[in-house]
Amino acid sequence: MRLELHKRPVASTALSYLAPVIALTLTLVAGAIMFALMGKSPIAALYTYFIEPLLDPWSRDQVFFKATPLAIIAIGLCVCFRSGNWNIGAEGQYLIGGLVGATVPVLFPAFSSPLLLPIMIVMGMIGGGLYAFIPGFLKARFGTNEILTSLMLVYVAQQFVDWMVRGPWRDPQGMGFPGTKQFDDSGILPNLVGTWDTHWGAVFAIIAAVAFWFMLSRTLKGFEIAVLGQSPRAGRFAGFSARQMTIFAFVVSGAMAGLAGISEVSGSVEKLDDKLSLGYGFTAIIVAFLGRLNPIGCIFAALLLALSSIGGESAQIMLGISDRATRVFQGMLLFFVLASDTLIHYRIRLVGRTPAAREGAV
Amino acid sequence: MESPAPTTPLFEARGITKIFGELRANNNVDLTIEQGEIHALLGENGAGKSTLVKIMFGSLQPDGGEMFWLGEPLAVRAPAEAREAGIGMVFQHFSLFDSLTVAENIALSSPPGENISDIAERAEMLATQYGLPLDPTSLVGDLSVGERQRIEIVRCLMQDPQLVVLDEPTSVLTPQEANTLFETLFRLRDEGRSILYISHRLEEVQRICSTATIMRHGKVVDSCDPREETAGSLAAKMVGADIVDVVRPALKGEGAQILEVTGLSSFADHPFATALKDITFNVRAGEVLGIAGIAGNGQGELFARLSGEEPASGGSVKIDGSECIEHGVTERRASNAAFVPEERLGHGAVPVMRLSENMLLTHHGEDGVTGGGGLRTVAGRFVAKAAQAVVSAMDVRKSSHNPPAASLSGGNLQKFIVGRELVRKPKLLIVNQPTWGVDAGAAAHIRQSLIDLAAEGSAIVVISQDLDEIFEIASDVAVMADGHLSPVEPVANMTRERIGLLMAGQNASEVAA
Amino acid sequence: METTAYIILSVCAAATPLLLAALGELVVERSGVLNLGVEGMMIVGAVVAFGTAQVTGNAYLGLLAAVFAGAAFSLLFAFLTLTLATNQVATGLALTILGLGVSGIIGEDFVGQPGVKLTSISIPYLSEIPMVGPLLFAQNPLVYLSWALVAGVAWFLFRSRAGLTLRSVGDNHVSAHVLGIPVIRVRYLAVLFGGGCAGAGGAYLSLVYVSQWTEGMTAGRGWIALALVVFASWRPLRVLAGAYLFGAVTIAQFHAQALGIPIPAQFLTSLPYIATIVVLVLIASNRRLTMVNTPASLGKPFVPDR
Repeated sequence: MRLELHKRPVASTALSYLAPVIALTLTLVAGAIMFALMGKSPIAALYTYFIEPLLDPWSRDQVFFKATPLAIIAIGLCVCFRSGNWNIGAEGQYLIGGLVGATVPVLFPAFSSPLLLPIMIVMGMIGGGLYAFIPGFLKARFGTNEILTSLMLVYVAQQFVDWMVRGPWRDPQGMGFPGTKQFDDSGILPNLVGTWDTHWGAVFAIIAAVAFWFMLSRTLKGFEIAVLGQSPRAGRFAGFSARQMTIFAFVVSGAMAGLAGISEVSGSVEKLDDKLSLGYGFTAIIVAFLGRLNPIGCIFAALLLALSSIGGESAQIMLGISDRATRVFQGMLLFFVLASDTLIHYRIRLVGRTPAAREGAV
Repeated sequence: MESPAPTTPLFEARGITKIFGELRANNNVDLTIEQGEIHALLGENGAGKSTLVKIMFGSLQPDGGEMFWLGEPLAVRAPAEAREAGIGMVFQHFSLFDSLTVAENIALSSPPGENISDIAERAEMLATQYGLPLDPTSLVGDLSVGERQRIEIVRCLMQDPQLVVLDEPTSVLTPQEANTLFETLFRLRDEGRSILYISHRLEEVQRICSTATIMRHGKVVDSCDPREETAGSLAAKMVGADIVDVVRPALKGEGAQILEVTGLSSFADHPFATALKDITFNVRAGEVLGIAGIAGNGQGELFARLSGEEPASGGSVKIDGSECIEHGVTERRASNAAFVPEERLGHGAVPVMRLSENMLLTHHGEDGVTGGGGLRTVAGRFVAKAAQAVVSAMDVRKSSHNPPAASLSGGNLQKFIVGRELVRKPKLLIVNQPTWGVDAGAAAHIRQSLIDLAAEGSAIVVISQDLDEIFEIASDVAVMADGHLSPVEPVANMTRERIGLLMAGQNASEVAA
Repeated sequence: METTAYIILSVCAAATPLLLAALGELVVERSGVLNLGVEGMMIVGAVVAFGTAQVTGNAYLGLLAAVFAGAAFSLLFAFLTLTLATNQVATGLALTILGLGVSGIIGEDFVGQPGVKLTSISIPYLSEIPMVGPLLFAQNPLVYLSWALVAGVAWFLFRSRAGLTLRSVGDNHVSAHVLGIPVIRVRYLAVLFGGGCAGAGGAYLSLVYVSQWTEGMTAGRGWIALALVVFASWRPLRVLAGAYLFGAVTIAQFHAQALGIPIPAQFLTSLPYIATIVVLVLIASNRRLTMVNTPASLGKPFVPDR
């Protein structure tokens, strides 16, 4: 017995919407099995993971809070992945965005102005964009493998931020803890609602989702992105430049990662410290695929992944399930998303060893 | 092998059926090949010849039917079994590996056990014996199409096959090379082997084959002795109706110079590419310049420099009097030039995109297509309407209103891609292999529309491997060989033989008119 | 003299996990498959090796288990990319993410525990040869294995019929299929081999290099191994050279830190990653070299006509 793929003449529209649902269902089933193997009640575990956080306001706030950077980064990655550029270094761009965005409040702690926050955000985006420019430029100019270079730059960024917050930028009054001084109040991204942790970054995410959706689906730039991603040669024939697109896609996705970075720094931590790298840049890759590389879809996918993170935290507290199970969950989810995508373009058939067994089958 | 009674057919297929999705690629096909004959399998592109052959060779499994070898039931579940039975195959799209040597390529279809240097030695001997010289140590990627075919043939002969199947073998050869191939085939036949010769070239089939089986739309429609038929009667059987001849008005090459190419050169931009060497030619309004040549002699490279997709290393390209060498493809389109590349899927069209989106591919620089100021939003309805206009003008048959390009048949997609350029009435149209792999009806339609465009005063460049096509529509001819282009001459001064010699790379001055 | 020998040995130690993983990936890529999950397979190998060795007290069993675990884990990737024809880049990433997660769970109880070390083997007499002896003949078994693997892979790819078949699949899977070569099966085997090698590379880390388990202990070595394959332009001997070069960079960085050279530790830690980028750029600039050697169907999914 083996599986055979049969190409559909036309991609199935219904399945392109159903695929993420199928993937999610399969993940839940696999997750239930995993919990059973760990000796936990699958029902209780899945309930804690995916239902409970929705029931109390504090957890809901945490879900929004966690979803914000995931969504912002993933929306940028949509542009990159759709255009056939593999930026997997968003984590590094997120860190550098946070670092560059923090420059002004750290170097000029006395500067207090309504302009401070906009300056920080713009600088954060520039920082992330420029950091992503490196692998983009290297690919466009030399044909360097962008997957590897963008990833290597994550490690470099982690080390660099670590050095900055322990070295030159360390708050002398910080009792030896790594981290800068607390920012001036005018450099803090306000919370969305009074006591919530969720900050205005969530609004950025929604604005960005709509803007990017418009660009991808309604403008010539979006068409260019799709053509170059699908078929670079046809793109060149259309007069589009794959090299410029590579740089554009990297810079845009880097700027979005930078925006997420500075939003976290100024909206959540309110200073730059050594705990900024939480893996959002990697989880956002899953978000982008689960959202079918659609910016609006990314919002929902980010909420789902954030939900699993928050659920994972409470599962650890209440059921003693390791919080690492969350990462396994997320990894499985990406696997199932990719596998379900196959259904959109192919019919899958289980066939016996002998071709004769298929006779008469239409 | 003991020779059985001569009346037993060597190979027989009965009721072969193969279904792809909703398409019956082979519908109850019968085929009988006698011992020691050259048997033609005739049919248009898409008639189901290649499918049948793949089934014979075990590359595809039939959904129904049976096969016999010398009267005994034959089951081929894999190519190795076909080779073992005595069936050898020379593929149309060579199944060769560019990065491997000739010897390694041959070894890949030899039974395991023999070491590669022995195989190389045996192959070289066999090659010399059949007049197919080859060097076992060279990389296949560096070889010409003709040399590649020799490898395919030698690889096939290594198994000492009783039945040799050749799929469109002459489509990549000069007329002279084709004659050499026929000599080899006659020798194989005289040794008592049978040959299944797949082609749509009637003249060749009449010359070398003693039996012909004709397929249309997946079915066998007739079988006959081609020597007793006329080209016209064979064609009618193949196409199922009389082919409409292309009507060619007297083209007068006295219009303005539309395309002037001087000293155009390029470097080979990847290891197996051809460099263009000092290419010079002009095309006037109303002319159809046919550029003949065997695949892989720089036609693709020339097309990319004329369209502006790839930069040239030197020379000049003037379109309608203005220098364009530095311009990209969008700017050249704005100078009223249009281009149709060879590869339909993945170059001329994005396979997964719908026809309206593929319309946008070459029209996005035009007025009315984008709006919204700096945002450059796409006027979707406008583009969709334009795409439908092309569909109706070119009679593109499709399954739904606005289907993805990949779902169209080769002929219909090609009509769309050519029609997409015709709608803007370009002053200059450059087409690479306009009817490659296209059925006769679509090919005639496309050729006629090119002629009509020239008659309206446009300049046309047709790059084609198909000499029949060149003679049918070109007013002038030049030949590409190894990155050089021969001087342009009126088609009336050209013969097949002369073009053949030029294709083989002989200097124009040596090949007297 | 002592110091030189010590440095060479430590370069060896740093290079071996890279070499093992990169050789495996080289075979995978030669078959036309790009498996970006090396990091994930390595870390699964590392944790399984550590755990098995700790439970059984036998480091060799640990190594064996790691090879099997790496291969089994790569089977997930193979099923998706080969049977279901999914995007190889994304699937490889998924494998890495999953591997980091799974290893975290498996290794939870092992954190901080002492490991069982896979000890070096001195070959009698040979290891007593001055200078050369200790360097070549008193090594860890995994180092010997990695050397043998270089020779084995080189022989397999360029001297054996099976290797020729594998290269043909990587060059042109459509032609290979037409000739009756079982493309998917060849690729499955290649991916499994790559998984086993990555598992062994991971085992080296947790059984020899540090001989303890810490989460995320591969620290990007899987990715560097991937870069090494490109650096080596898909040739086994060049992988050997590349791995030792990177080993040297890593060791240089450690020594610079130990010697108290006034460069921040973080900069030195970044060095191997920056070196990787520089090397990738240098290699990519030589287009002829890369284009001739890159397996032509690398990363392209294959679905046969049926």
